[in-house]
Amino acid sequence: MATEQSTQTPATASGDTRIHNIGYRSYDGPRLGRSYARLSLYSQSLRGAYGLGRSVKSKVLPMLLFVVMCVPAAIMVAVAVATKANDLPVDYTRYAIIMQAVISLYVASQAPQSVSRDLRFKTVPLYFSRPIETADYVRAKFAALASALFILTAAPLLVLYIGALLAKLDFTDQTKGFAQGLVSVALLSLLFAGIGLVIASVTPRRGFGIAAVIAVLTISYGAVSTLQAIAEVQSSGDTAIAWIGLFSPITLIDGVQSAFLGATSAFPGGVGPSNAEGVVYVLFTLGLIAACYGLLMRRYKKVGL
Amino acid sequence: MPRSLCITLRQGSPTGPYDSRWSPRRLSGLTTGVVRVTSVMDVTVIATESLSKRFPRVTALDRLSVDVGPGVTGLVGANGAGKSTLIKILLGLSPATEGRAEVLGLDVATEGAAIRERVGYMPEHDCLPPDVSATEFVVHMARMSGLPPTAARERTADTLRHVGLYEERYRPIGGYSTGMKQRVKLAQALVHDPQLVFLDEPTNGLDPVGRDEMLGLIRRIHTDFGISVLVTSHLLGELERTCDHVVVVDGGKLLRSSSTTDFTQNTTTLAIEVTDTDEHPDGTRAVRDALHARGVTVEDGSGLPGAGHILLLTAQGEDTYDLVRDVIADLGLGLVRMEQRRHHISEVFKDDTDSGAQRKEAVGHGN
Repeated sequence: MATEQSTQTPATASGDTRIHNIGYRSYDGPRLGRSYARLSLYSQSLRGAYGLGRSVKSKVLPMLLFVVMCVPAAIMVAVAVATKANDLPVDYTRYAIIMQAVISLYVASQAPQSVSRDLRFKTVPLYFSRPIETADYVRAKFAALASALFILTAAPLLVLYIGALLAKLDFTDQTKGFAQGLVSVALLSLLFAGIGLVIASVTPRRGFGIAAVIAVLTISYGAVSTLQAIAEVQSSGDTAIAWIGLFSPITLIDGVQSAFLGATSAFPGGVGPSNAEGVVYVLFTLGLIAACYGLLMRRYKKVGL
Repeated sequence: MPRSLCITLRQGSPTGPYDSRWSPRRLSGLTTGVVRVTSVMDVTVIATESLSKRFPRVTALDRLSVDVGPGVTGLVGANGAGKSTLIKILLGLSPATEGRAEVLGLDVATEGAAIRERVGYMPEHDCLPPDVSATEFVVHMARMSGLPPTAARERTADTLRHVGLYEERYRPIGGYSTGMKQRVKLAQALVHDPQLVFLDEPTNGLDPVGRDEMLGLIRRIHTDFGISVLVTSHLLGELERTCDHVVVVDGGKLLRSSSTTDFTQNTTTLAIEVTDTDEHPDGTRAVRDALHARGVTVEDGSGLPGAGHILLLTAQGEDTYDLVRDVIADLGLGLVRMEQRRHHISEVFKDDTDSGAQRKEAVGHGN
């Protein structure tokens, strides 16, 4: 084991010509502190969300989902270019709503990967015995998953936008739609990342985490859209449909973007919330994101060593 | 259950005269001398002042005041004696109920982040993800301690080599033996070149050989790397081999503070073993008689392993060694061994106070 025990050669008569096998070398270089550590954790988690720096096996699912997200966009672009259409078949804001199952699957697989592993293998104490604090850990993980989701949801929009420009569609129109789409998916990324992480941080078991995230996202959406359908049939009015929409993440985003980002609503009847209701939607969305952050902070205050 | 806690610490430790690590920061951990010499600077690495930690039902630490100098410091106690609680407080992660503590001159209550930048921590439990390699994991942990990417990689390679991991460091940790995992855990605590490391039960789960290697490594952390060590163990015998200073704490209270050498080296006992020859069929007896003739009292090493072949005598300085050498040479015998034999810390505790036996039971024996 101890093969590099320092073997020192005595000084020769001529002063500085000593030869050392130094053995252990100390570190006198810079120590970049908390913010650098937080950034390192962020980049490591973001890379990890796509399986980079991890085993081949763990790259398969995120990469596959990424491809699945982008292929329909590419096909739409191809069709639009080939048929010389006047507009893209799908709005920028609508794309994420259509692909919500893929997004949910991605959150469900990567949120537990990001936090449950640290809990399960008890790596968390190693982080907290270093300069970073609870808030740094939570922020880095939250930001990393939100960024990963943003990459997942914004990449197909970029494909659509580039395709639209290649098809020589109206530049101003397309740019405006693209920008609205980006704002919408940014909000969606933050919300989904928050919900996914809160659920995953409760359990050290990855399988439970995956199942729980999928359950929460699909059951809430299923329940809300069913209730909305019933409300429509009973024609209790658009107001009821709008209020029900507050209770699932994807309808929440749908409501926000149809109120303020020029999207057509996917709600039954195609009528989104009014402007006043839209304000409630925005506040509710932001409140939910903040609540997720607060819950994560509370959770990790307890984990400690 | 009687709970007890004892801290031992080592003050003077030999660092070679050609040691090249004379950076000013290192001086705090630097001590000189081949024989035992007091440290150059009596810098306090850890200082606690009536430190108490009370949980709703348990008092883990009760007005503990102790100063720990540079070197290898042992912290022994039964399971649940509050060893981990003390480490948590010293890392600035858990507030003390009352009292104060300083680590490397920094207050744990207010300067926790600064402390954690200069200190390494090896937890007692498993803490390694199985699906990454030791290199990737330790590089990540180095960056989490604030090392720039290039430095993190260099330090990782160095540190893993120092703890004795070579080719296997590129394989996923999941396939490692317990001993290798302990080394990775140690490496992540050392990778940012801290001034002090907290090692929580580093020998847990190791076989006797792995245990010896780990203890050897812990010694080297101070002697070769110049890093002070606070090591916990519930095995008293292990501390005896790694520490020179003892602070005994019982039930979270300070009981005694003095160096291990005070405990075990008031008198240096020499153990001698010789071969037999045709001329002297019982070499041991011949040596004993010859030494008696020169006025040296010799005891049989009864009760020790190899009794009957081992002679114990009290060394009165350098002359005794020469005398023994000459006597054996004159008789034409072969000297198998001549070593300093220390008393066991546990023996000292046994005689120390009336509750000694009880405490010894609580603490348990080393191997």
